[in-house]
Amino acid sequence: MTLREQLREKISAAFYRHGLLCASYPVPIILFTSASILTCCYPLLRLPLPGTGPVEFTTGVRDYSVPSHEPQGDLGERPDWYRGPPVAYIQQVLVKAAVSPWDSSLVTVDVFRSPLGRAFSLLEEIRNHVHSDSSGVRSLETLCLQVTDLFPGLRRMQSVLPEHGCLLVSPGNYWQNQRELFDSDPDLLKTIQKHEPQRPAHLDLLFGVPGKYTGVSHYNKKKVVTYTMTLVLSRYDARFLGSLRARLKQLHPSANCSLRDDHMVHVHFKEEIGIAELIPLVTTYIILFAYIYFSTRKIDMVKSKWGLALAAVVTVLSSLLMSVGLCTLFGLTPTLNGGEIFPYLVVVIGLENVLVLTKSVVSTPVDLEVKLRIAQGLSNESWSIMKNMATELCIILIGYFTLVPAIQEFCLFAVVGLVSDFFLQMFFFTTVLSIDIRRMELADLNRRLPAEAGLPPPKPGPLRTREAPPPPRPSPHTITLQTPAFRNLRLPKRLRVVYFLARTRLAQRIIMVGTVIWIGILVYTDPAGIRTYLAAQVSDQSPLGDPGGGGLPPHLGVAPVFRGGDPTSTLGINPAPAPTPIPDNQSQEAPPPSVPQITWGAEDEEGWRRLSFRHWPSLFSYYNITLAKRYISILPVIPVTVHLSPQEAIETRHPQDTKHPPPSIPKVAADIQTDLTLYKVAALGLAAGVLLVLLLFCLYRVLCPRNYGQNGVTHGRRRRGDLPCDDYGYSPPVSEISPLLLRGHSMDIECLASDGMLLASCCLAGQIRVWDAQTGDCLTVIPNHGGCWEQRDGWESVSGAAETECLGSEAHGSSISGDGLSEGEGYPLRRRTAPSRPTLFTDQPDLTPLIDTNFADQPPSHLCTPPREGFDFGGLVERAYMEHEPPSPSAYPSPSSASSSPPSGAHSVWAMELRGNLIAAGRSSGKLELWDAVEGSLRCINEDGVSGITALAFLNNRIVAARLNGSLDFFTVEINKPLGLLQYRGAPGRGSMPPSPCYSSEDVISCQLTRSVQCAHQKPITVLRAAAGRVVAGSQDHTVRVYRLEDSCCLFTLQGHSGGITAIYIDQTMVLASGGQDGAICLWDVLTGSRVSHVYGHRGDVTSLVCTTSCVISSGLDDLICIWDRSTGIKLYSIQQEVGCGASLGVISESLLVTGGQGCVSFWDLNFGDLLQTVYLGQSSDGQGVRQLLVLDNAAIICDFGSELSLVYVPSVLEKLD
Amino acid sequence: MPRLEDHCWSCSCASRIETKHSSGANWLAHKAEEMMSIITSVLSNAYGSLHDVRTANLIRRGLVLFTVGAFLALVLNLLQIQRHVTLFPEEVMATLFSSAWWIPPCCGTGAAVVGLLYPCLDSHLGEPHKFKREWASVMRCIAVFVGINHASVKLDFANNVQLSLTLAALSLGLWWTFDRSRSGFGLGITTAVLATVFTQLLVYNGVYQYTSPDFLYVRSWLPCIFFSGGVTVGNIGRQLAMGGVEKPHMD
Repeated sequence: MTLREQLREKISAAFYRHGLLCASYPVPIILFTSASILTCCYPLLRLPLPGTGPVEFTTGVRDYSVPSHEPQGDLGERPDWYRGPPVAYIQQVLVKAAVSPWDSSLVTVDVFRSPLGRAFSLLEEIRNHVHSDSSGVRSLETLCLQVTDLFPGLRRMQSVLPEHGCLLVSPGNYWQNQRELFDSDPDLLKTIQKHEPQRPAHLDLLFGVPGKYTGVSHYNKKKVVTYTMTLVLSRYDARFLGSLRARLKQLHPSANCSLRDDHMVHVHFKEEIGIAELIPLVTTYIILFAYIYFSTRKIDMVKSKWGLALAAVVTVLSSLLMSVGLCTLFGLTPTLNGGEIFPYLVVVIGLENVLVLTKSVVSTPVDLEVKLRIAQGLSNESWSIMKNMATELCIILIGYFTLVPAIQEFCLFAVVGLVSDFFLQMFFFTTVLSIDIRRMELADLNRRLPAEAGLPPPKPGPLRTREAPPPPRPSPHTITLQTPAFRNLRLPKRLRVVYFLARTRLAQRIIMVGTVIWIGILVYTDPAGIRTYLAAQVSDQSPLGDPGGGGLPPHLGVAPVFRGGDPTSTLGINPAPAPTPIPDNQSQEAPPPSVPQITWGAEDEEGWRRLSFRHWPSLFSYYNITLAKRYISILPVIPVTVHLSPQEAIETRHPQDTKHPPPSIPKVAADIQTDLTLYKVAALGLAAGVLLVLLLFCLYRVLCPRNYGQNGVTHGRRRRGDLPCDDYGYSPPVSEISPLLLRGHSMDIECLASDGMLLASCCLAGQIRVWDAQTGDCLTVIPNHGGCWEQRDGWESVSGAAETECLGSEAHGSSISGDGLSEGEGYPLRRRTAPSRPTLFTDQPDLTPLIDTNFADQPPSHLCTPPREGFDFGGLVERAYMEHEPPSPSAYPSPSSASSSPPSGAHSVWAMELRGNLIAAGRSSGKLELWDAVEGSLRCINEDGVSGITALAFLNNRIVAARLNGSLDFFTVEINKPLGLLQYRGAPGRGSMPPSPCYSSEDVISCQLTRSVQCAHQKPITVLRAAAGRVVAGSQDHTVRVYRLEDSCCLFTLQGHSGGITAIYIDQTMVLASGGQDGAICLWDVLTGSRVSHVYGHRGDVTSLVCTTSCVISSGLDDLICIWDRSTGIKLYSIQQEVGCGASLGVISESLLVTGGQGCVSFWDLNFGDLLQTVYLGQSSDGQGVRQLLVLDNAAIICDFGSELSLVYVPSVLEKLD
Repeated sequence: MPRLEDHCWSCSCASRIETKHSSGANWLAHKAEEMMSIITSVLSNAYGSLHDVRTANLIRRGLVLFTVGAFLALVLNLLQIQRHVTLFPEEVMATLFSSAWWIPPCCGTGAAVVGLLYPCLDSHLGEPHKFKREWASVMRCIAVFVGINHASVKLDFANNVQLSLTLAALSLGLWWTFDRSRSGFGLGITTAVLATVFTQLLVYNGVYQYTSPDFLYVRSWLPCIFFSGGVTVGNIGRQLAMGGVEKPHMD
């Protein structure tokens, strides 16, 4: 037991170290593995290529002896299969017969009737030939291959093929080798063609030459008939064959015959695969693929599922190749059919280990380093992997001792395969896995620090196509519903690969190159083989392939080349050999074919080459003899020339022969015959081409996105970018929603506030408009006329109350004191505080000695004009603004436009809040105004401060105003019922204010400054938020302060940022998040003032922050949206947006995020980070960025869009999310 | 359309939601089931009482098993014929499919019975089968089964005893690798015995014939094949039953 545990520990430790190694040096290890795979596969190059047909080997006749069974070392070119005796020796007697001279009185039938008749006498001659010498008497009967029954089920062949005796095939078999039957046959052609549909045709089988060269037809212009008698011998007896050859030559001398007879060709046949063998094979492969499919689909939680699945399959396949290669290297030639045992090997080796590894690694803690994760995952599974491996090896070992050769071989392969598979798993797959997991983390890193990491910023992936030239849209103001990307974040990566493939058409090119290489190899190894092979496929009439051409140089040029001297053989018997010259022969011979000449060409030497390469296997298969993996020896042909006189021909005529009509269109028919093959080839080639194109097309469609390059025109990049969703073939409906455009402002919208029912907006011109948030109707317009509330009745007011809050703008508070006015006039320009650059105020003098930071000591008195610091912040801000204006991306008003704003007295609104039907507007002059949103009447004005109000918070009956000078003013809104007068200076009465923010128009509303915290911050306050009874102010001075709303008491000063505060979020649950110019985001506990977490997420300022119950969403100047886990502070993922986007954020529901972009707003699925859809606000989307975005209670979104407001309802999105 | 979207959602959520055997987990069965559902709907219309979900499910599983069994029988029969005939002229193929047409249906029926019996027996014995319950393993099992058949066909053994022993070892290995349950072993043995007896009877009555019988009237490796076949079909049946049980849950 202890031993076992020790072993286990050791194995685990070893695997751990190995995992560290693999994850540390991925590239060298992968290179090393690839090299070893290639090395091990190298011996495979020597194995013959599949699909090259039968192989030949030529030896001389004279010194021929039956090769022995044992391999005899290296015998030069001798192939492996040339061992032992052949299945049979084939001796062909090639007969060319013609009636000469040709007489015009002869009919067409005479061309072949009497020549064929001669076959019977020749047959007789051969059968009766006896050779006797000292060693005894030998006849054909003793040498020939004795056959028994035909294969059962071949009844139809019984009439033509010999049974129970010598296998001797000749045309005479048509007539059972009986002359009488032949003579009484009225129509020879009919008899011959009776079996024509057979393939290979009986004609070929019995004639021994391809049908069209036999000359047995009505249209034979050469008047020469060619046929062979095929003797199949089981033993080779040189003397008998020699005497037979001499005898036949003596009887029928061939005058001009110069055929060589010193070579015999051995033809080795590959194993044939018929349907019967194919079905089980295909079945096993189908099962194999199903197995692989079901296995790999279990891979999960990795960066690229497909990549890993591919790696797994590659691992298994290359381990198999390696095992075969190694076995070959050590002299173990595979005798098993590789294709057959392959699936079983895969199943034995299996993908389990790979899957187990993956699962184990991905289940390690995510926050660990990649190295450690890999190492841990490996060591966790080490014991089970080793155990399985040992078990499998044991089983295989047992199998090895069955002592059955085939099983032994299989086991040997399996052992080597298992070991190499283990090797590959450990080195190749583990490394790939580590790369994959590292990629997952790198992807996050990339987003966090694009420049620092030295990596190019990620290409705008499909998810983020915001920047681009806006896609042409069909109609203005329509929402292009993006195909919802219901997919994880890692999808785009995978898609990029697909896109890459599609863009470069890599797949097609690889296929094409592969095909070309394959064909090239085939052509190279076998010059004549391809063509003959193809021709044989087209029609079985073509000659036996010449595949092993490398081995027999003398035959290389034989088949296709028209030898010199052959053209003269025009009327000659055109036997097997003359393939190409047919048309030539015809044209030359056509005029006066009086004397058919029988010529012998070099082609006749190996007439059998013209036969289908299946000729011999099929002949033998009829007798249940297989040639698969065996060979036959073909002896040199014996040429026989027969000349017949016209008288002979006429004598042998059958009475009906003359009744045949003379050939009417012989030439055409012949042409047709020869052309037919050509047409067949052409048609087949065309069909194959079409098929190939279709196949490529299908592949293309599979690999490429559906509308790649097509819809791009109409929908632009965005459309294309969303194609990931079509992964499952699902293309969602495109529904178009028009955003509601609220027009009326003459200048850009500056402030925006809403309380759900009403919507208040304020433009640069200072005009405030109140809208119905449901319908988009403009309810009230409050013009900017310098606080002249007397004129307000000139504007129609309908109903509702609205209030706006403008966070981004700095209100320039105006105080009653006179110097405030002059100061206020000094700042006609406005600047947005949120994205203020950190460098803005660096030259600011240190004011700390001037400021009394002891706030607690300050009495809550109404110090309207406190002992102000002697430093003019206004001038500083203005100067800084002038300097830094251009870089700010959003459309700030230019100085000229600012100067066109109402002159003195009509100060622009810097901050606005809306609660109930009261609009609180903070002006640049420091004035705080309360307007009735419904009636558009000014209810109250407070001019206690002179410094511009930069931010406002309106909660219950309190208003908090942050001023440019860093002070915080707390106001209380009071309502005095009875008085009908406008009493903007009402007496301060505390506590009478009802909490409900409903103010009737009769009420007299007063706004009382309850407390002013001077120098709440040492630098301008940039953000102000109020919730849950707390007011939180963030400032340029790197701190966040939390005040209690009731008593304006400063509870905490939160320090932790190293830059100015730019964004704050607080909600009812007292969660406080702050973001600063340093790119950091801090989460605070408001109750204790402690920092919960502190993360760095952005390279620039954090521009906005939103929290949901589970996560924190931040956006920064680096156009990145980061989603953080709220409890742990771990970044879940980030979304790279396009340049100039992402300053505004909103959360509609727990899982729906909305961001503003250039002329559009985008909806994101928070759970997965997928872009759900993008809504375009207007036609010209570029240039106009959405800077502010408010989410209303009814799931509508209001955002500014230049001088317009957009109200967007997103019902469809919500439906899906709910 | 909502269905499609649901589908999409479930796909995208698949990585998060850990559905071990989600609806997509067995597309093979699904494809077959989809085809079968048409037939079953016709059947259930004919027998109005069969609207019961359980019964329909049972019929579906039975049909899938029948198809698998018949197909395997056809393929393996081809393999067996190769044992005796090395080359197939086309004429033989025609007679092959016509003569022994009843073999695939018989085997299919047997497969359906055995495949339904396995999960049934499991539930009766109260020991649900937990070992390697996934389609990849089932596929592997089928592949090994075909491999055993292949081996029985292709390998040249010195004598039949050796062949039979090897096959017996392989069959036991199959059971050990993929099943490892007592009920599976028992049912496999029962199947083997019954099927062998049945075949003996058939051959005795001259319905069928083996070329060179060495075990009474049949080949001695037949029980091994039947045993491994029983285990394989039982594996499929169990997997199908699991999918079938889970499906109503998902709905």
